[in-house]
Amino acid sequence: MFKNLSRKDRKNLIRIIVALVLFAAIMITDKIIVLGDVFEGPAAWALPFCLYLVVYLIIGYDVLWRAIRNIAHGQVFDENFLMCVATLGAFALAIYRGVTGQEIEGFDEACAVLLFYQVGEWFQSYATGRSRKSISALMDIRPDYANVVRGDGTTQKVDPEEVKIGDTILINPGEKVPLDGVITKGISTLDTKALTGESLPRDVETGGEVISGCVNLTSQLEVKVSKEFYDSTVSKILELVENASSQKSKAENFITKFAKYYTPIVCIVALLLAVIPGIVTGDWSTWIYRALSFLVVSCPCALVISIPLSFFAGIGAASRYGILVKGSNYLEKFNKANTFVFDKTGTLTRGNFAVAKIVPEERADEILHLAAIAERDSSHPIARSIVARYGKETEGGYTLTDVAGQGIIAQKGGDSMYCGNEKLMKANGIEFTTPEGVGTVVYVAKNGQYEGSILIADEIKPETKQVIGELNNMGCKTIMLTGDNQKIAASVAKDIGVTGYKASLLPQNKVEEVEKLLAAKGKNDVLCFVGDGINDAPVLMRSDVGIAMGGVGSDAAIEASDIVLMKDDLKGIPLAKRIAKKTMAIVMQNIVFSIAVKVAILILSAFGITNMWVAVFGDVGVAVLAILNAMRVNSKYRHN
Amino acid sequence: MKKAFKLEDLDCANCAAKMERSIAKIDGVQSVNVSFIAQKMTIEADDGRFEEIMDQVVKACKKVEPDCKILR
Repeated sequence: MFKNLSRKDRKNLIRIIVALVLFAAIMITDKIIVLGDVFEGPAAWALPFCLYLVVYLIIGYDVLWRAIRNIAHGQVFDENFLMCVATLGAFALAIYRGVTGQEIEGFDEACAVLLFYQVGEWFQSYATGRSRKSISALMDIRPDYANVVRGDGTTQKVDPEEVKIGDTILINPGEKVPLDGVITKGISTLDTKALTGESLPRDVETGGEVISGCVNLTSQLEVKVSKEFYDSTVSKILELVENASSQKSKAENFITKFAKYYTPIVCIVALLLAVIPGIVTGDWSTWIYRALSFLVVSCPCALVISIPLSFFAGIGAASRYGILVKGSNYLEKFNKANTFVFDKTGTLTRGNFAVAKIVPEERADEILHLAAIAERDSSHPIARSIVARYGKETEGGYTLTDVAGQGIIAQKGGDSMYCGNEKLMKANGIEFTTPEGVGTVVYVAKNGQYEGSILIADEIKPETKQVIGELNNMGCKTIMLTGDNQKIAASVAKDIGVTGYKASLLPQNKVEEVEKLLAAKGKNDVLCFVGDGINDAPVLMRSDVGIAMGGVGSDAAIEASDIVLMKDDLKGIPLAKRIAKKTMAIVMQNIVFSIAVKVAILILSAFGITNMWVAVFGDVGVAVLAILNAMRVNSKYRHN
Repeated sequence: MKKAFKLEDLDCANCAAKMERSIAKIDGVQSVNVSFIAQKMTIEADDGRFEEIMDQVVKACKKVEPDCKILR
């Protein structure tokens, strides 16, 4: 256990143990022979006082010193100072009892308060250090060095920050990819788990891109660097996670405000509690004692630590699953998210157009061949999918005419091929039949004769249905936005189970549509937009919570969104929702529990029902429990 | 200009909040965030006077939490 402690924690632990042993020894001796009775006379209190003072100084010299120093700096409501006032006050009361000939007691209490205060401080330091470590395990993705290949063929280990664009680096098996780049030599597999939460390693080969933060598994790779370290994926992610805590949630702001007023108010009440009943009843020592108990509970540390820690743990937990949350406020908002707007292409569907059906089937090759001739030079995704499916070289020499919004006409000699949508067919007076099925239809005709049609469809992702179902079950609205026509949109919407859809939208209409939804929503509704980060940056920014999918390598998406799903997997959304829900539940528990216990202790000690022992246990205990509770956020979540 | 600094021996969360409050009051500081958990401070301040402002930040920090060091 000792090995894992920081030097400071270890030193303080030893000090606490020494003081505890000494304290126990003195207290037991006191119980057996009663130290106050060892000497006779009015100064009999001096022996127990001196013995307890030794313990007090061992355990509290730093608190005393800080209190004096902070007072010199004008920091009145400083916890060190308040602790000193409470404990020294208790000492003074005990001396007063001794001098006035009452039963000698209270020295042990003053010592104990400071002792347990230190135990609590130590535990807080230990627990926050531990959770900081466990959360920042993600930070392990930071590469320590890069092997740069120099002009003379030698390699040199350098800081990744010194590597320039265009440099060649070697990545050995077991090493982290230090910078983004393109593989110039070698075939290997990469472990992307730290980045995306994806446990399946990824195969890469020459010409492929590598992303910094992955771990090279099997064999050496030679990579040409394409981005400087500052712009590399790993830097962007680290920056994002480290800065996540600066986007403060409402709960955190509430706590900061609360802490600002809590301590002064408790102190003022303590002062009033000592003075007013003191004057009225004349029983000064009782009321001063109660007031001192107040000061013990005056530090709001339990709240101030545990709330940000809960959020930090939530963000850390999410990042372990490849979900980057850009700030506590987004986690807080996302918990309330009840409207999910999805961009269809690339989000609910794979976004890769593929030939789904060719009609008539028995002449598939011929139709595909004709279409491939016409589409061979087009960069439209539909054209690419036809050429890809054909998979062979087509003969050239055709004059290709692009008819905007209709299709392509290919001509050579006396032959002319028509390849396009129904408008192209109608414009050229060709009769055609519409095939069954959902998707985009490309009609093919040759020399005025209808040949057949190709149905191109965008594949729905395998997890889409399950995720939409899960969100619907959580009571969320799910809305699909698409550029497809009404008929296709309706059919896809029914298939995947979204509660609403908007069809025939041009890219710029998406912003308008989201604006409309934002305007129509209630005050407590939170609208999330989920997109693939391509062309939807404005919508991502405009929505309450913007979620970008498949964020690895897409700077624009990382920048514009509030939550980034590093892995192109929709299941991250319900998972993030579960994490947000648990985080917020724990945050609420901590706020309510800490405030309730503190208030209860204050009331009880005002009426003299509890003493300083209970107060210090309550104060320190609450902090420890709240921290332990906060650490529960960073547990395992169901992910399937 | 926005810059991040590591903090050493930042021991209490309430002090971090106090530090943040007093640094925010310094003239020329546009935004500041002291993260107790990350032991990090992010400051956004006027470009031209950044070093001068940082000197004041260090002073303010010393006043609130003398144990805490800003690693510049």
